Amino acid sequence: MTDSPALAASASSRKLAEKPYDFSRKYWLFALPAVIVVLSVIVFPWLFTVFMSVNDWKIGGGMDFVGLDNFRTLIADERFRESLFITIYFTILAVIIPIVLGTVAALVFHREFPFRGLLRTIFVMPMMATPVAVALVWKMMFHPQLGVLNYLLSLVGISPSEWVFSTSTVIPTLVMVEVWHWTPLVMLILLGGLAGMPTEPYESAKIDGANSWQMFRFITLPLLWPYIMIALVIRTIDALKVFDIIFVISEGGPGTASETLNIFLYLQAFQFYKIGYSSAVVVIFFTIIVALSLVLLYVRQKTKWNA
Amino acid sequence: MPVALERLLNRIAFGLSLFVLVSPAILVFFWMLSLSLKNEVDNTAWPPVFIPNPPTLANYVEVFARNNFLLYLWNSIIVTGGAVLFGMLIGVPAGYGIARSKSAKSAVLILIARMTPALSYLIPLFMVFQILGMIGTKSALLITHLVITVPIIVWIMIGYFENIPAELEDAALVDGANTWQSFRHIALPLARPGIVVGGILAFIFSWNNFIFSVVLGGKNTRTLPSAIYNVLTFEQISWGPLAAAALLVTLPVLLLTVIAQREIVAGLSAGGLKDG
Repeated sequence: MTDSPALAASASSRKLAEKPYDFSRKYWLFALPAVIVVLSVIVFPWLFTVFMSVNDWKIGGGMDFVGLDNFRTLIADERFRESLFITIYFTILAVIIPIVLGTVAALVFHREFPFRGLLRTIFVMPMMATPVAVALVWKMMFHPQLGVLNYLLSLVGISPSEWVFSTSTVIPTLVMVEVWHWTPLVMLILLGGLAGMPTEPYESAKIDGANSWQMFRFITLPLLWPYIMIALVIRTIDALKVFDIIFVISEGGPGTASETLNIFLYLQAFQFYKIGYSSAVVVIFFTIIVALSLVLLYVRQKTKWNA
Repeated sequence: MPVALERLLNRIAFGLSLFVLVSPAILVFFWMLSLSLKNEVDNTAWPPVFIPNPPTLANYVEVFARNNFLLYLWNSIIVTGGAVLFGMLIGVPAGYGIARSKSAKSAVLILIARMTPALSYLIPLFMVFQILGMIGTKSALLITHLVITVPIIVWIMIGYFENIPAELEDAALVDGANTWQSFRHIALPLARPGIVVGGILAFIFSWNNFIFSVVLGGKNTRTLPSAIYNVLTFEQISWGPLAAAALLVTLPVLLLTVIAQREIVAGLSAGGLKDG
């Protein structure tokens, strides 16, 4: 009983001491306008999509609750399953190749050499360029008779390719454009990783007589691994939702040979106006992306990868 | 001697890999420029003509003369400019609020918003705009572009504000400043580099966006990327004007990349995940 005033005093003094640091409750006000915008143009569409996916929408405004019928039809839809397969095929190639090339590029641009800044800018340019604009140029380059690419192939004695005009070459060709477009992003992420690396392991490895491959394999690669994981997740998400270049270059064709999930989704929604059906596609798509984003966040926190 | 030889071989291998890495980018941009500066005969010649001789600006003249290019340019400026401006006004304070209150949940929401495909917003927004009679208006496009600009600006600003030591502001708060004053006079000036990076990236991703304008843009309100796809490709199949238009569309972004190279590299390697 006697020490209670003392306790109270110490408690209140602690409160006083902590008070200048406790402003957290006021900060949400700063986020309020953004919260309103995010709720109306981002969260509302998400929820509305889920709502639409369990309804059958008729032109003219009517709708029926159909439960999971849209999802059942979707799973049975040959075209949807085919587009899922095409998306996986495209994604695997469009992830692995940029990761390998991006790693090489990061190692190259990590070194000092003349005109490094200029060459790095040129290398990064594809990623900044307007996708539609470069896709149109690629399309002209793919022309079977007059395209410059077949001419360049003929110079080194390779027979002309049909590029995006044949069902067997269309996906590898689109992957090539995607690789051209996004390898720079992988390079930038890994370059950031290389910049923060300690130099000591390399010095001691040199003293121990390690060659450059051993240094890469046993020092660089393990240290770079978290960054490669980040690049891997980002690339996977981006490759899954590729749209512009396929839409412009091949329009999902020939036939449906390059109809990825996103192209399928676009056609169902804005060509056939199957709103409920395409919303079901979005829900499936969204689930995959959220899962991958959470993986990314987990990796990001594990590596404390930040500015 | 073998050491010198090895060093030479190393340098050749290095130069070769550099060449292999950079040449595809040079090829595409060079070819874009080359097509845009040649006449139609040279553009369809076989073997292809690489260096325009003599170079002609006729394709550029045609782009401006035969199409509403200036109208589409104006649309792009309004939509992207507006979306970046509003994105800044609401995104910068939001980044500050999230960084200072350490609310990881809002950061997750922002990340997911950056990651979801644009088409998934488009179906519901399309329906809402249809009900409101706003399909084909620039305001509908501008509002939709906030989906691009707000998350990237918030995401980048969180990173920058987190790196500003809270002690600086605590001192001001103890001296009787309110949170707004400490944001306005201490945090905001210190975060200026972040604002530049966020603004540049938001501009680039909004400018490059194609799908929103394809779905929501009207005949006279579409932005440049969907205009070159829709109008130019159907009205004229000749390569020269098309390449000229493509180059003009992407030129602002390429110039910005060259000028602000350092900021863009910093922003993207700091976690500015790309948008699509």
